[in-house]
Amino acid sequence: MQERVKGPQFDIVGTRPVRPDGADKVTGRAKYGADHRVAGQLVGKVLRSPYAHARIRSIDVSAAAKLPGVKAIITSADFQEQPSEFVPAGEMLVNYRDVLRNVMAREKVLFEGHPVAAVAATSESIARAALKLIKVDYEVLPHVIDVVEAMKPDAPVVDETIITAGVTPPPTKPSNVAKRVEFVLGDIEKGFKEADLVIEREFNTQPVHQGYIEPHACIATVSEDGTAELWTTTQGHWVARAHCARLLGWDITKLRVTSSEIGGGFGGKTVVYLEPVALALSAKTHRPVKMVMSREEVFKASGPTSGANVWVKMGVKKDGTITAGEAVLKYQAGCFQGSPVQPGCMCAFAPYDLANVKVVGFDVLSNRPKVAAYRAPGGPISEYAVESVVDEIAEKLGMCPIELRLKNAAKEGTKAAYGPKFGPIGMVECLEAAKSSPHWNGPLGKNQGRGIAAGFWFNIGGETTVNLQLNEDGTVTLMAGTPDIGGLRASLAMMAAEELKIPYEKVRPIIGDTATLGYNFVTGGSRSTFSSGLATVEAARSIIKQACGRAAKLWEIPEDAVTWEDGEIRPAGDNAGKFKAMKLADIAKVAGKTGGALVGVGAISAQGAAPSFGVHIADTEVDPDTGKLTVTRYTVIQDAGIAIHPSYVEGQFQGGAAQGIGWALNEEYIYDDKGRLQNAGFLDYRIPVASDLPMIETIIVEVPNPRHPYGVRGIGETAIVPPMAAVNASARRATGVRMFELPLSPPKVLKAMKGGKSA
Amino acid sequence: MKHHVTTTVNGDEVEFLCSTEQTLLDCLRDELDLTGAKEGCGSGDCGACSVLVDGRLVCSCLVLGVEVSGKKIETIEGMAKGDELHPLQRKFLEHAALQCGICTPGVLVAAKSLLEKNPDPTETEVRYWLAGNLCRCTGYDKIIRAVMDAAAEMRGA
Ligand code: FES
Ligand code: FES
Repeated sequence: MQERVKGPQFDIVGTRPVRPDGADKVTGRAKYGADHRVAGQLVGKVLRSPYAHARIRSIDVSAAAKLPGVKAIITSADFQEQPSEFVPAGEMLVNYRDVLRNVMAREKVLFEGHPVAAVAATSESIARAALKLIKVDYEVLPHVIDVVEAMKPDAPVVDETIITAGVTPPPTKPSNVAKRVEFVLGDIEKGFKEADLVIEREFNTQPVHQGYIEPHACIATVSEDGTAELWTTTQGHWVARAHCARLLGWDITKLRVTSSEIGGGFGGKTVVYLEPVALALSAKTHRPVKMVMSREEVFKASGPTSGANVWVKMGVKKDGTITAGEAVLKYQAGCFQGSPVQPGCMCAFAPYDLANVKVVGFDVLSNRPKVAAYRAPGGPISEYAVESVVDEIAEKLGMCPIELRLKNAAKEGTKAAYGPKFGPIGMVECLEAAKSSPHWNGPLGKNQGRGIAAGFWFNIGGETTVNLQLNEDGTVTLMAGTPDIGGLRASLAMMAAEELKIPYEKVRPIIGDTATLGYNFVTGGSRSTFSSGLATVEAARSIIKQACGRAAKLWEIPEDAVTWEDGEIRPAGDNAGKFKAMKLADIAKVAGKTGGALVGVGAISAQGAAPSFGVHIADTEVDPDTGKLTVTRYTVIQDAGIAIHPSYVEGQFQGGAAQGIGWALNEEYIYDDKGRLQNAGFLDYRIPVASDLPMIETIIVEVPNPRHPYGVRGIGETAIVPPMAAVNASARRATGVRMFELPLSPPKVLKAMKGGKSA
Repeated sequence: MKHHVTTTVNGDEVEFLCSTEQTLLDCLRDELDLTGAKEGCGSGDCGACSVLVDGRLVCSCLVLGVEVSGKKIETIEGMAKGDELHPLQRKFLEHAALQCGICTPGVLVAAKSLLEKNPDPTETEVRYWLAGNLCRCTGYDKIIRAVMDAAAEMRGA
């Protein structure tokens, strides 16, 4: 069942037209990363480390270079060293010393799968044969995989330059703890004293991969004059351009990056892996170089999100008022610093209006691939732990978990522990919708349990550019620069059509490349519909203003004597009715005579992104013989601000829920004692398949964001936040035991049920 | 040494040269420029490469190019007839059953083969038939609805 709490308020916004890029995608015509080819292209392949941690003594490429068909070989020696400093890249800070080492190992390999060299050859089989001929002399070093182990004083140190930041006095010795962060509100000691019940729990989660079905792929072509073209599957081609230009020491303008259609990203395609390598190989050969990762390479060497150890303590009065919340988060960063522990800390208690909060986070290195963003990076882990404790509180107090949450819910004016005061938000509305939902009030079968959990994500704005061209026949071409991963072009065309009062079909939206449009930050942070929507509205309003100016010119009246009403340009005031109203199409016809093309540009740094809250209800059924949990019913309730295209909003809700269910029940990185990944394939790293899931019901709550002309909030990420705790809470009731570790895989569940280990 | 393979793809007779180890998926994509079938895993686990060989649904990454000599191959590129999308394709668009769309060609080919065998599948039958086609974006809900709806329309229900 799909529901909206309110109906659409606009002509086009809120309806469900077919997406403009749809026909190409159901016919196989759409070109994704690996679908492009360039005449004369070479195949690029990466040699990867078989060890989790080793010093590179030497690399001998001489035998490989002699193999007929091998055109170029590169190693770290082909890249200039980068200074260790944090520089802004969009809204994030990056350290190019680490970006460089992630792309190609320098002094050490830091995880199994770490690139050490790359080959460009005339065929795939020659490239593979050449990799086998490269001799790397490794000095194998002790490694560390587990986050708690990595924090111990005698743990092998992954990066000897890391001195823990955020502690005074600073440590004198390097360690794997890159950073300590802390967020404090009020006085937790006082809060815990006021409590009638205090619950303290420790949780463990495993790294999970974004699991996009399309592997990383690109083609680089570098010309003899140093100009270069890059075709790549990415969530942000301007950001990819910046990273590549920096690593290669090129002027940004030399590099033109085109984003292919993208086969899923979920945060994992905001970083560069193959691109600088392909460019470097092409720069050596002046031939196009195509590189495509295998699925094994995707799992071993592209970003999962952190696994973590999380400790939570909460105090509550008998009436359900939460008096204090405290948490310590230890997040795996992988082999370079930069886990999402900071947003994890900020999210931890965000759904609640609490007076006393303290959250401490540690960013911890280990011999794993560097984590990459994954849908609401950091949030799902800390909120899983906190929401699981909230559920236990409800049980211990004998309170309905919705009532407990309603009693403490964040609302407009609540000061979040991480700083800001919330504007209008939909946490209460989501809980109310959950309470009256058919699911919450529906029956349960044998061995089934029902759980509920809330979730929060910030959402961001950021740099965004959209161009609109009014064509000669009155149709409109819209060019955006945030890659469209799941319906963006439809949403932008709808907003443009709504503004310009023309049919949706008259707008053709495309994604521009870095040479044709101003800067765009990545599709990430649930920002693309929000930010590119804002820029679209600005560009459309500019077109309208220009069109009014043209009419004024034609009518020989002042510009302020012209108005835009009901999709028409009309003479106003004293001139009302004196001239025949014009449509945009009429102006388009005479554009040449009145001053040239009408082009609207929205070039903005989008402000006013608003958070989205969600509440999920999960039913699970346990097989008492095997411990296997199956989700039997699932409902997502989330505040979308306003749903531009409700089907794609529902799709984000459902997709996020499904990923969360996988995280809760099956997915995990499994290592052997040598630090080698044991399940680098879809057979053993099991993401949910169609027969694992029920229909996923959705309820779209709409509390408009006042800072967006159509009330849009980002919605893509919040949906992955509540599932782990919702499934965990339902499992508690289905199995009779409470568990503190993900994934809730059958052996673990069976063991817990046999041991009757319960709280 | 390359092999000369003659086969029928979407009704057209085609020829290509391939090496012994080249998969049907690679032959379609690299030798015939039919890039609608995708490689998501190369190991038979994701279904993005689904095609029909003599009417049988296969993962083209697990079939060798040399094996299809003299056979009939159907790919996503042959699913629409002229101006007309196949009802499944149309229903996928109406139901917004794709987000990124990388899984879509494989899912459509698999769903078409299901409906040819079983024009009136239950939800569970659709879910199990499509269990070999991974989709990371949609949670499958809209995919299942689109397939059921297309089946109903094709039955004239
Ligand atoms: S590519 Fe053939 S099944 Fe995944
Ligand atoms: S729509 Fe993206 S994998 Fe299915």
